[in-house]
Amino acid sequence: MSSTTPRTSPEVGGMGHSIKRKEDARFLRGQGKFVDDVKLPGMLYLDIVRSPYAHAKITKIDTSKAMAIPGVLAVVTGELLKQYNLHWMPTLMSDTQMVLPVEKVMHQGQEVAAVLATSRYIAADGVQAVEVDYEPLPVVVDPFKALEPGATVLRTDKEGKTDNHIWHWEAGDKAGTEQAFAQAEVTVKQDIYIPRINVASIETCGCVAHFNKTDGKLTVWMTTQAPHAIRTVFALVAGHVGLSEEKIRIISPDIGGGFGGKVPVYPGYVIAVAASVLTGAPVKWIEDRIENLQASSFARDYHITAELAGKKDGTMQALRFKTIADHGYTDAAANPSKFPAGLFHIATGSYDFQHAFMEVDAAYTNKPPGGIAYRCSFRVTEAVHAIERMVDIFAKDIGMDPADLRKKNFIKPDQFPYKSQFGFEYDSGNYIGALDLAMKRIGYDDLRKEQAEKRAKGELMGIGISSFTEIVGAGPSKHYDILGIKMFDSCELRIHPTGKAIARFGTKSQGQGHETTYAQIIAEELGIPAEHIAVEEGDTDTAPYGLGTYASRSTPVAGAAGAMAARKVRDKARKIAAYLLEVAEEDLDWEPGKFFVKGSPSKSKTIQECAFAAYTNNPPGMEPGLEAVNYYDPPNLTYPFGSYICVVDIDKGTGQVKVRRFVAVDDCGNIINPMIVDGQIHGGLAMGLAPALYEEINYDADGNIQGGSLMDYLVPTSMETPSWETDKTCTPSPHHPIGAKGVGESATVGAPPAIANAVVDALWHLGVRHIDIPITPPKVWALLKEKGVAE
Amino acid sequence: MTTRKITVNVNGTPREGEVEPRLLLVHFLREDLSMTGTHIGCDTTSCGACTVLLDGKAIKSCTAFAVQADGREVMTVEGLEKDGKLDRIQEGFHQEHGLQCGFCTPGMMMTTYALLKNNPSPSEHDIRWGISGNLCRCTGYVNIVKAIQYAAQKPAE
Ligand code: FES
Ligand code: FES
Repeated sequence: MSSTTPRTSPEVGGMGHSIKRKEDARFLRGQGKFVDDVKLPGMLYLDIVRSPYAHAKITKIDTSKAMAIPGVLAVVTGELLKQYNLHWMPTLMSDTQMVLPVEKVMHQGQEVAAVLATSRYIAADGVQAVEVDYEPLPVVVDPFKALEPGATVLRTDKEGKTDNHIWHWEAGDKAGTEQAFAQAEVTVKQDIYIPRINVASIETCGCVAHFNKTDGKLTVWMTTQAPHAIRTVFALVAGHVGLSEEKIRIISPDIGGGFGGKVPVYPGYVIAVAASVLTGAPVKWIEDRIENLQASSFARDYHITAELAGKKDGTMQALRFKTIADHGYTDAAANPSKFPAGLFHIATGSYDFQHAFMEVDAAYTNKPPGGIAYRCSFRVTEAVHAIERMVDIFAKDIGMDPADLRKKNFIKPDQFPYKSQFGFEYDSGNYIGALDLAMKRIGYDDLRKEQAEKRAKGELMGIGISSFTEIVGAGPSKHYDILGIKMFDSCELRIHPTGKAIARFGTKSQGQGHETTYAQIIAEELGIPAEHIAVEEGDTDTAPYGLGTYASRSTPVAGAAGAMAARKVRDKARKIAAYLLEVAEEDLDWEPGKFFVKGSPSKSKTIQECAFAAYTNNPPGMEPGLEAVNYYDPPNLTYPFGSYICVVDIDKGTGQVKVRRFVAVDDCGNIINPMIVDGQIHGGLAMGLAPALYEEINYDADGNIQGGSLMDYLVPTSMETPSWETDKTCTPSPHHPIGAKGVGESATVGAPPAIANAVVDALWHLGVRHIDIPITPPKVWALLKEKGVAE
Repeated sequence: MTTRKITVNVNGTPREGEVEPRLLLVHFLREDLSMTGTHIGCDTTSCGACTVLLDGKAIKSCTAFAVQADGREVMTVEGLEKDGKLDRIQEGFHQEHGLQCGFCTPGMMMTTYALLKNNPSPSEHDIRWGISGNLCRCTGYVNIVKAIQYAAQKPAE
């Protein structure tokens, strides 16, 4: 275990200090610079005409009335883009997506045409005036029906495509697992649906594209979590119309929440870029909330059939998942390219299974594309929800306490590094430690007693546990790439003559506080006060190339790059110090901030003195200056974990689930800034509560979206969200330079099954085995009524 | 479309505008006056990112027309800091880590301003109820509640 006592002074503010955030200064004053705050002279506005149908042939687009409105300059259609071969674009999963259609629409809310006008209001007027004739086609919403023989084939654009199947993917040992199931004493099986949801960051998506006709340079301010990758994608897709990569500058300014929703390339961005290239004027496109919920990438939508086999004594032996993934009309997820189902095969979770097998089949339906994350690493939430639900069902079936069952089957601390049945090498963990602490914090035994008393009186109270293992920090170049680009990340660190620094990174904060935490990492390594380390990200003209911020990869990958760059700087500074002190390098010791001669600590040189000398008095033969670059290719992923316990009370009159208490014990390895880590966990928990109890986007049989505005899509407010209780254990990552693991998404991953398990725990004695999330009052009330206990 | 001349007192300064009657107050602030601290997060009056004070009352400026503010007083996030000194609410949000991406923050702080004016020592429940018209996706609200408690303990300027 590493200590959480900081090594540096509060003035230096290295790891372990809860220093206040640098970025607050501008946000508190309303001086953040978000995309919609960018205003350029002569800027035009783009607004989008969208389809009311889920599947329809476009027979006519009449733009004449729109064009007659003063201030409307153009209506961009698929036909226009087709002239430049820009009407389709590749997705990050090497599928294809329409920018604007020339033939048919594939989901409600799909982009059909775009109006370019001199103001936001006139563009909206133009949208109203564009007349589109549609011929409705049969709609496919159910992915199971989509995969049946004879189903309407949706992707008629793909030559020779005769069904709606996208891909099949499997992992694990099929035969061994089958045999284990055949011989098992106990097997349990459950269908679990993880519904479609949307990250609904409070800032929607948008961009300002500016193509300068004089120098041919395209600058795009864009709500993107991965600006460098976007630049390369633009260069690859639009190379044929003269956009080469050195002439593309992507600026990701302040981002009002990302959570995975700002990884994909949306048609709106591409249309705005095309409109700017054609007109030479800056073009702004800002999505409104309804467009955001109806057409930006969704998350999840996994139909899982899960099975678990074990012994009556509680030994869990084998796990098997069969899953149908609904991807909408194109696979526009953002998974590493070798893993179409992401890291779903983390599904064995915190448990030592002997056998495991899973298969996933992806289907096209008449829904918006996606399959992106919702504040979680690739498909990890789906996996964790399913395993944690199955563990509970198994525990109940054999009559064992779910905490005891977990402890019996946990991977033990001395089994790390642990190779899972699906081939992951877990770096470190102490699962029992986290669960014990959570049980102690919440008073588990007393709660069980209280529950028994309440049950005797007919009251419904439940206790739910989730002991999750996360998998983040993608990833090692051998296995992880997006469109072939390896998933390293980077830091470029420059120390100024006066000993202050600037560090630029390939990631992009969307609220995580990188300007503060990255500075702390470098402060830890060099002893330069964090307040004197400027951090910059998000401008592809200045920052080093990196794959961006998602999947909790900033600290594991870019944070490591920061530490490694700082160590390179320190190595050079050591040479300078040795020269200044006239001793050999080996005679020097380091403590944060200075080198000193072994045995005579008064003879020392601070990092600031070394920096000054690097520019004024560098050793003969040494390059002047003090800077370093590191592109960090992680040797492994990191595996944060935790145990969450939730207590719920259920109102028998309304079916409402009230989260009475929620204790979250997280272990994310060494902590850079405890205040920020807690904030990340609080936010993650709220985004775990949301899909567990409130949020869902579904469709009627005609493909009409239900829940396409914030009136129906229930983002929890301060009233629904409980006061989270958090605690930590600390098991550093052995392979990470600063022992950190990443934390932004753990809570989103871990919270839903704790809540669902608590609700089922409250109702199990009535014969309720499972409830799909979101566990809404109508769902619960219907069950209570069915069981005859509704009031 | 016909326009109307309006004068709105924004953060103590009279600001004139020649606006279409349909122009939303939030767009008047953001586009006509280039005061971009007030944000837009929805189209159904749900998120509160656009909250400002109109004659001292917290309103959602996406759901008011600019012409409705004619001759009245509007206070926005840009008006919180006085003479280079942060308001106690801004201080509270900073000290208690009540913001992450910062997008909901201006609206959240303006709601808080009105809340504390009407109820100088709110309970946790009062605070939660008071800000329930403002969505935050990042913080899980715990630290926002603490930030408001921090501010409530300091005397108003
Ligand atoms: S912008 Fe959402 S309430 Fe005003
Ligand atoms: S801080 Fe991001 S929405 Fe509140």
